Amino acid sequence: MPADCLISARHVSKSFGAINALNDLSFNVREGEIFGFIGPDGAGKTTLFRIITTLLLPDEGEMTIMGLDIRNGFRELRKNIGYMPGRFSLYLDLSVGENLNFYATVFGTTVRENYELIRDIYSHIEPFEKRLAGKLSGGMKQKLALSCALIHKPALLVLDEPTTGVDAASRSEFWEMLKKLRPYNITIIVSTPYMDEAMKCDRVALIQEGKILSIDEPEKIRDGFSRKLFSIRASDKYKLIVALRAFPGTVTAYPFGDSVHVTFKGDGLENSVYEYLSQTGLKDVIIQETRAGIEDRFLELME
Amino acid sequence: MKRFLGFVKKEFLHIFRDYRTMIILFGIPAAQILLFGFVVRTDLENARIAFLDLSRDEVTLKLSDKICSSGFFSRGEYLTSYKDVDQVLRGSKIKAVVIFEEDFSTKLTGEGKAAISIITDGSEPNMATLTTNYITAIINDFNRDLAGTAANGVLLVQPEVSMFYNPSLKSQFMFVPGVITLIMILICALMTSITITREKEFGTMEVLLVSPLKPIQIILGKVLPYFILSFIDVILILLLSWLVFGLPVKGSLALLLAESMLYILMSLSLGILISTVARTMQQAIFISLVGMMLPTILLSGFIFPIENMPKVYGWISSILPPRYFIVIIKNIMIKGTGFLYVWKETLILVMFTFAFIGLAIRNFKIRLQ
Repeated sequence: MPADCLISARHVSKSFGAINALNDLSFNVREGEIFGFIGPDGAGKTTLFRIITTLLLPDEGEMTIMGLDIRNGFRELRKNIGYMPGRFSLYLDLSVGENLNFYATVFGTTVRENYELIRDIYSHIEPFEKRLAGKLSGGMKQKLALSCALIHKPALLVLDEPTTGVDAASRSEFWEMLKKLRPYNITIIVSTPYMDEAMKCDRVALIQEGKILSIDEPEKIRDGFSRKLFSIRASDKYKLIVALRAFPGTVTAYPFGDSVHVTFKGDGLENSVYEYLSQTGLKDVIIQETRAGIEDRFLELME
Repeated sequence: MKRFLGFVKKEFLHIFRDYRTMIILFGIPAAQILLFGFVVRTDLENARIAFLDLSRDEVTLKLSDKICSSGFFSRGEYLTSYKDVDQVLRGSKIKAVVIFEEDFSTKLTGEGKAAISIITDGSEPNMATLTTNYITAIINDFNRDLAGTAANGVLLVQPEVSMFYNPSLKSQFMFVPGVITLIMILICALMTSITITREKEFGTMEVLLVSPLKPIQIILGKVLPYFILSFIDVILILLLSWLVFGLPVKGSLALLLAESMLYILMSLSLGILISTVARTMQQAIFISLVGMMLPTILLSGFIFPIENMPKVYGWISSILPPRYFIVIIKNIMIKGTGFLYVWKETLILVMFTFAFIGLAIRNFKIRLQ
């Protein structure tokens, strides 16, 4: 176990009845890093986060956080964790200010004491201090929930899908805010189903059906892609993907934005594909070699 | 401590901000009391009275005229024998039978006293009480008139409630104790169980659990506001019933309030216990209403006397805490008895309270499931 390790998990498993939510997970999270768990819905992210926040006990395996065992040390741990559950845990019938003050009091601090820490985030919603939390937009709720989770200056911030259900502008704003927390040396673990957000983390774990597929820095995960990848565009994307999947030389073809990411047998560009595509009547076909993204690597690992 | 107070403050904010909670807390008790009062007040107008006059002299005629001209009563049949009394009351049109004894005026002037019986129908307890009280008042008035005349003497009234349906009616049927018993279990058990399950449902419980708040602080923080508000409710109900219906507390008010606090505490701990079992607000409401409200109304002796129930229901009712509180509150409010008469019931309530609190703390999950 490295010296700067904040969370250390060894062979953690958890099942609910017949469902194996988590299957033998092992990972380390370093102090001060932003660590992302990337995976689709139902991958087990929320269960894992509930174990980290001591809300659930694993069936098997060991986990220590800040050197404290999650089974015995939970009382001490709970003082040092800031947790933002998937559904923003705000009191909708309390105002913005009341919510923040409540969480500050419950964690034994005051808003004034740690205001510096949340200034960047809270200043966006401060003008609406008197408004009920239930009347806030999704983005503002998210900022308030983050302020509430941060108000006691936790050593570990646990964010369960903080950007789900929030518009694109608020999402990127949110990641900017997390970056600004760096000077305070708060370790942040965050889960998201959005692959593009993985790039904003220091390190990510790709998680699928309760198993970790890969843990690394995002760039290295991209580099892990084993074949040559081509981005193909055409006027009719749907027709293109159908055609590519029918092409005998294709290994994989997945839609990606306005293009299709394709790998071919023999790990290179099959020249016959041009001919094949023009035969199917597709126009404006552009084929470029491209660098694999996290999503490509994820799909490859899932195969 | 500061944490705890912050939590309590938040609970008060929830309560005061939700008008539905406020209606349940203060609207329903007031409405119940006034509704009952309204029903009780309207009925005594031209109630039909039958007379069994065994002497038929000047005084009895005068007295029956006085009763029938009061505006409260109208004259029904004249009976000829005791045998008819039953039949006439069963016929339901007649609310009471007034019986004058034989040689009424002779006895009144000779012995200085004569007796009158009032027989009422116990199947309508409120009606029976009211009729008896009104007729007695009219007769007392008549007594005063007599005082100055040659025929001075005292008419003795013997109210007698004849029971066709409800033979074990021991004291007056009084709704205020019942309403207090019912309202308290409703507010305390229902509201606390809802407020805790609401945190579970909205996901805020997750964060509260992760916070350094101890389970006991969360529980007490939930209970304290409702304890205070419920206690205000008891005072409100007592005040209303006193101001509107002139129903005084015969026994010690301090004892009554102390017993009410115990009962509130018991109901609150029951509410917490329910919330540790229920996962959603719906479940909490269902358990509170079906599990507590209905049995309280039907089996606690609030409406139907326990002595009349089939044995099985009697046994069931003995595990219902409201049953004991009804005994306590009826004793103190209506009979005016002291603690010595209700210590057993009090002890049972204390035991219920401890059992519920113990189970609730044992059941309270410091983690999710």
